[in-house]
Amino acid sequence: MTYETVIGLEVHVELGTKSKIFCSCDTSFGAPPNSHVCPVCMGSPGVLPVLNEEALRLGMKAALALNCQVRTDSKFDRKNYFYPDSPKAYQISQYDEPIGEQGYVEIEVNGEKKRIGITRVHLEEDAGKLNHSPFGDGSFVDFNRVGIPLIEIVSEPDLRTPEEARLYLEQIKAIMQYCEVSECKMEEGSLRCDANISLRPYGQEAFGTKAEIKNMNSFRNVERGLEFEQQRQEKALTRGEVIVQETRRFDEATGSTISMRGKEDAHDYRYFPDPDLPRIIVSDAFLTACQEEIPELPAAKRERFMQAYGLPAYDAGVLTTSRFLAEFFDATAQQVSDPKAASNWLMGDVLAYMNASGESIEAIRVTPTQFADLIGLIEDGTISTKIAKTVLKTMLDSGKAPKQIIEEQGLVQISDVDALTAIAKAVIERNPAAVQDVLEGKEKAIGSLVGQMMKETKGKANPAVVNQLLKDLILS
Amino acid sequence: MIDFRKGLRALQKALQQGEVTPQDLVLHSLTTIEEQDSVIQAFLRTESHVAKQRAQVVTSTVTTREDNVLAGIPYALKDNMCYEGVETTCASKILAGYIPPHTATAAHRLDHAGGILIGKVNLDEFAMGSTTENSAYFSTHNPWHPDYVPGGSSGGSAAAVAAGMVPYALGSDTGGSIRQPASFCGVVGLKPTYGRVSRFGLVSYASSLDQIGPITNSVEDAAIVLSAIAGFDERDATCANVPVDDYVGALTGDVKGLRIGVAAELMGEGIDERVRNAVQKAIDLLQSLGATVVPIHLPHLSYAIATYYLIAPAEASSNLARFDGVRYGYRAPQADNLLSMYSKTRSAGFGDEVKRRILLGTYALSSGYYDAYYKRAQQMRTLIAQDFQQAYEHVDVIVAPTSPVLPFRLGEASDDPVTNYLIDICTIPVNLAGLPAISVPCDVVEGLPVGLQIIGNMFDEATILRVADTYEKHSPFAALREAKWGGAAQ
Repeated sequence: MTYETVIGLEVHVELGTKSKIFCSCDTSFGAPPNSHVCPVCMGSPGVLPVLNEEALRLGMKAALALNCQVRTDSKFDRKNYFYPDSPKAYQISQYDEPIGEQGYVEIEVNGEKKRIGITRVHLEEDAGKLNHSPFGDGSFVDFNRVGIPLIEIVSEPDLRTPEEARLYLEQIKAIMQYCEVSECKMEEGSLRCDANISLRPYGQEAFGTKAEIKNMNSFRNVERGLEFEQQRQEKALTRGEVIVQETRRFDEATGSTISMRGKEDAHDYRYFPDPDLPRIIVSDAFLTACQEEIPELPAAKRERFMQAYGLPAYDAGVLTTSRFLAEFFDATAQQVSDPKAASNWLMGDVLAYMNASGESIEAIRVTPTQFADLIGLIEDGTISTKIAKTVLKTMLDSGKAPKQIIEEQGLVQISDVDALTAIAKAVIERNPAAVQDVLEGKEKAIGSLVGQMMKETKGKANPAVVNQLLKDLILS
Repeated sequence: MIDFRKGLRALQKALQQGEVTPQDLVLHSLTTIEEQDSVIQAFLRTESHVAKQRAQVVTSTVTTREDNVLAGIPYALKDNMCYEGVETTCASKILAGYIPPHTATAAHRLDHAGGILIGKVNLDEFAMGSTTENSAYFSTHNPWHPDYVPGGSSGGSAAAVAAGMVPYALGSDTGGSIRQPASFCGVVGLKPTYGRVSRFGLVSYASSLDQIGPITNSVEDAAIVLSAIAGFDERDATCANVPVDDYVGALTGDVKGLRIGVAAELMGEGIDERVRNAVQKAIDLLQSLGATVVPIHLPHLSYAIATYYLIAPAEASSNLARFDGVRYGYRAPQADNLLSMYSKTRSAGFGDEVKRRILLGTYALSSGYYDAYYKRAQQMRTLIAQDFQQAYEHVDVIVAPTSPVLPFRLGEASDDPVTNYLIDICTIPVNLAGLPAISVPCDVVEGLPVGLQIIGNMFDEATILRVADTYEKHSPFAALREAKWGGAAQ
């Protein structure tokens, strides 16, 4: 390709407050339409907004976690537009004095770190949701979402591929979740993403004409939408066509983008400072408290997992995607002698179990200590790897301690030679052919004998001990 | 014999001595309205049923709460303040039939004090105007002479009090809308400091200028009502968390040693000579009572009107955007699509003056014009506020006319809006600076009242009330009023 892709993202994150940004209405998702509303968020005549300090606190935490320069003296502005999703016909947002500016996040692309600039982070209120009737007989407004606090995170045009865009978005999500700023559920709309994308010939400094892509409602679709748009623009440029500045909608069914409106339809939002709200003055104490609430962030955690526990980059990356998972691993790793084994079990069996049950890792019924005990029981030979899988499943099902499960089900590994000798002798007697093979030096033949031993002991026999015992009996 | 013009203390005394009951006061109010309002047309609607019920509920509080002057006494609300369950129209067609689910904090506090809402009174649509002729329903008439306007926009509040229909009313003041009608109707009107009284429940015209205040028969009554409605409200982020002074206690009847500023800019060109003479006599009286008169200058005052008519319409254009026919109020029939529903609803629902100000404000905020208009207006606003602050380094209060002109006849206002805007020259600068000011009647000229305006420093309502009260006690107006109505407040 002779063109370089330039992408910038505008990410909206719903802040995880209990109540809305300017009134006390509930913010929980999925309530019946227009059940979480009051005169204030409905914009009834004569009502006034009052800032929910929790929204400011979460917004500030987010700005700090994104390495922004934060403003301790900022303001709210009104963004004026007529649309039924906006009951006041303006959105309270921040225009020229956002709470955060000049931040960055780091992503890892093909093993190399890349810094993505963040232009600004600002606070605003969400709009309502329009539901258009499939029968074409009307549109219905649900105001439950109106007034839910949001931050908008605008990136610099530093992203160069759709993959980088996805990685950036994943990083934003992880940081927001780590800071407990938002649950970032794209399927519920608590994380939303619009993208600006343009192409320019390699080596050219000036940006090409951009298109804004909307309605990409999953991480995968962000990548798909941008891939489609990248190819569309490249083809057009190759054919000598001119790219027009426009807003395009991603269509999930076809994986393509469709023109919504051109630049000439752009609104004049007539921003001006909201006279109903005083300036947002943040004290040093408030700012310090926000700073102190920011935990070790995913990038730092990944680094530490590699250093302290000797994990490969891949493991460290997977385990730090969620703060809960990372902390679960961290707590486990401190109690085991082989953190890599813990990582394998966690990324393998545990995540597979949670995926299969359709639950997030937060729903796990096992504690890190119980999980560490299981790893210890494997290491000291109390149970075999095979038995461990059964025990782990029971642990995940019931939340019981591994030792209790092993006792209840009699799963302790049999390593006692005396206890195994009688069974081994019987197996040898029944399989003269295999014994002959072993005697002739065919080492592999012992495998089938070990298998039968395991079957006889219902998997509890220690395979290493059995192996040695069989060899001793046959070859002596 | 009940006479609301005798003031709140007299009513309280009569109630406490069992001479009258709250029911009697409600009936007297309703009867007076019935007798007079066909001419005055102050009330958009009365709530007789609600008022009679309230009268029964508050009867016990009249005797049990002696400190509470307002208990059992009726009042009227300007119809841009919400009251739960009572239609609130802002004198606009676009809000016809709108019944709010919430009560304005100021009204809520009056109710808490035992007040009884009698009804909602007329105003210029959305408080935009100075005559109450911009009401979408009807014009209100001046009780001193029904051919004359009562002023505006709180013309219904001032006329209702002047006509003795209610003992007091609440108004709102964005550029003079409490003080100017009080002046025209010969009653007392107080605009508190911006942030002194909660705006919650007041339908916003210009949020950074709007303030609720009382219109009363006397300065003492204004102090009593302000005491009830002032103070922090967690539902209005612009409401100040500043302690509320003892306003009634501040009425010492003494102005000795107080420095009274007189600005040449508010006493010169453009002020009707008869008004200027009346105000000068008031200044002389205050001086004779021991106050010192200090000449001051407010150099940026000539920019006040232009500044106001950028900031107020800009805020109004956004504040009034919510009246779109989607959720409440009027919706135009037969719209083909969303845009036509908006434009038909707003074209038919708003009156001319409201539309003019929405257009003006929309223009002032438009991309490419913001810096030239809105931003510069804000800068000028700061300079005007600084003018006042510098003056208050040398004076305790500033006195000026409330209105540069005498009340005029209905229909006599100019067809040129700019000429009409200029008659707010004495009151608008006070709103821009956020200061408290009171209009107290000082004379009657050709049968029409003239108001004296006393402007105070931020949150210093106590001093302007003290000066106004002292003046009122020595003013020739009491006798002129008695000649007119045959009663007196004092």
